[in-house]
Amino acid sequence: MSSSAGTFTPAPGRAPMRTVLLRQIRMELVLTARRGEAVVLAMGVPLLVLLGAGLTRATNLPTDDRLGYVVPGVLALTVMSTAFTGQAITTGYERGYGVLKRLGASPLTRPGLLLAKTVAILCLVGLQLVALAVVGVIAGWRPELAQLPAALAVTVLATAAYCGLALLIASVLRPETTTAAATLIYVLMLAAGGIMFAAPDLGAAGHFLLPLAAHAEALRAALTDGAAVPASAWLSLTVWAAASLTAAVRWFRWE
Amino acid sequence: MREAAVEVKDVVVRYGGVVAVDGVSLTVPRGSILALLGNNGAGKTSLLQVCEGFRGPDAGSARVLGLDPVADHDELMPRLGIMLQSGGVYPWATAGEILRLFASFAANPLDTDMLLDRLGLRKFAKTTFRRLSGGEQQRLSLALALVGRPELVFLDEPTAGMDVGARQTTWELVENLRADGVSVLLTTHLLDEAESLADHVVIMDAGVVAATGTPAELTAAAGIDLLRVRADPGLAVAELAARVGAKVTESTPGEYEIAGALDTAAIAAALGWFAAEGAQVTAVDTRRRTLEDVYLALTAGAAR
Repeated sequence: MSSSAGTFTPAPGRAPMRTVLLRQIRMELVLTARRGEAVVLAMGVPLLVLLGAGLTRATNLPTDDRLGYVVPGVLALTVMSTAFTGQAITTGYERGYGVLKRLGASPLTRPGLLLAKTVAILCLVGLQLVALAVVGVIAGWRPELAQLPAALAVTVLATAAYCGLALLIASVLRPETTTAAATLIYVLMLAAGGIMFAAPDLGAAGHFLLPLAAHAEALRAALTDGAAVPASAWLSLTVWAAASLTAAVRWFRWE
Repeated sequence: MREAAVEVKDVVVRYGGVVAVDGVSLTVPRGSILALLGNNGAGKTSLLQVCEGFRGPDAGSARVLGLDPVADHDELMPRLGIMLQSGGVYPWATAGEILRLFASFAANPLDTDMLLDRLGLRKFAKTTFRRLSGGEQQRLSLALALVGRPELVFLDEPTAGMDVGARQTTWELVENLRADGVSVLLTTHLLDEAESLADHVVIMDAGVVAATGTPAELTAAAGIDLLRVRADPGLAVAELAARVGAKVTESTPGEYEIAGALDTAAIAAALGWFAAEGAQVTAVDTRRRTLEDVYLALTAGAAR
């Protein structure tokens, strides 16, 4: 009854998972690059802060090495803007548009979609950090490289923590509310996180309240001072990452 | 013998305290088209969500291509084509991009240009999804469901929002799918869609199966519901009505309408009465009940 050579004759199957993931990662990156506000958030704001606070005396800093203070802070801010703010807004809308549901019900599968998103975020964060570090060096920042592995490790931890938070708020709030909340948190962190002004001195407690401050201080210690990353920063970012990823797994919603 | 494409048994779906699907069973044989017909809120989409593995049933069971749609989700997905009722696509991706993305997920994808041509979307290949009209978005969703050459497709109101031409194209495509051996489960509230496409129709109303059968069975069971006879004017219609047990009116002089569920014996009795009256019958015409009549009778309570 069924013809053997019809156009639609079933021949189902998944392409190699590596191909599936790579194509999805590429799509995520292409779509991010296409959204103007995402690019501004990702590069425009950090650049402005880096050049503004790093090269002028526009803000009061607790040190005379302005670039040594500002550049690591801007790197930490960029990780937050991409992994948390951008990711939360994008994921919230993708949920609203049914994209998560549809892609989860494709050969990509749900775990595949989350993996592709994670890799895309890591690619973006990597590209941005390299670009901003180069601008910083051109502007006169002279980083210490002995502690680079520790700086990279805390950055991965911070990225994981932000991703978990982003997926969490994109799941529990409506897309519009997610956008407002993620933007508000970004602005508050920018002000209070010790990026272009000194952070409020809360001692080690500050690291646990403000993951951005913990990350920024860890990067300053490692890259500007060439010193070990403070234990409280390690601990804070580890706790944030574990808690936010656990919560995201528990409450993540596909539709 | 291979298992059925879809086997649903006594499925119940609840949302909070609301029962959306209340004990539905159905089977989609391989290579056939089954239409789930019902009003909005009849439970069609909820049942489809269970088959697609988006949620498990609150009671009962669903097997799709012999697999559990929730537990075996990742294994099942490459074999299914899913068309959601709306959305599901990045608004800023172009039609061509998203179709090529889905094609790249498949081991043996269809040619994407061919598919765009078949669905009349070629000229929109570089148009972003959000700039497509509702009907164009629907056609792209259909293309996404088909590009991986699935064994079974789930189409949720596939022609909603399409103009007449696009609807015709879609119907032809769905018939092509069956001819090539693809199984289809679709939901619709369009009677002509169910009647012209489906091998089997399941009419759902308020979460339960109200009727099931082939379109011919559903309409044949209902039989003829109107007999028009042209004969001499002024005959005693009350006498005829009593004889055949149906409502009889002389709409215009000499035009008699006998309305009701008429079997062969009733029709013979009616014509026999005209003969016994010595009336000259010059025309006889019957109207068979359509799926629409059956549907409206079954869903009268819920429709309003």
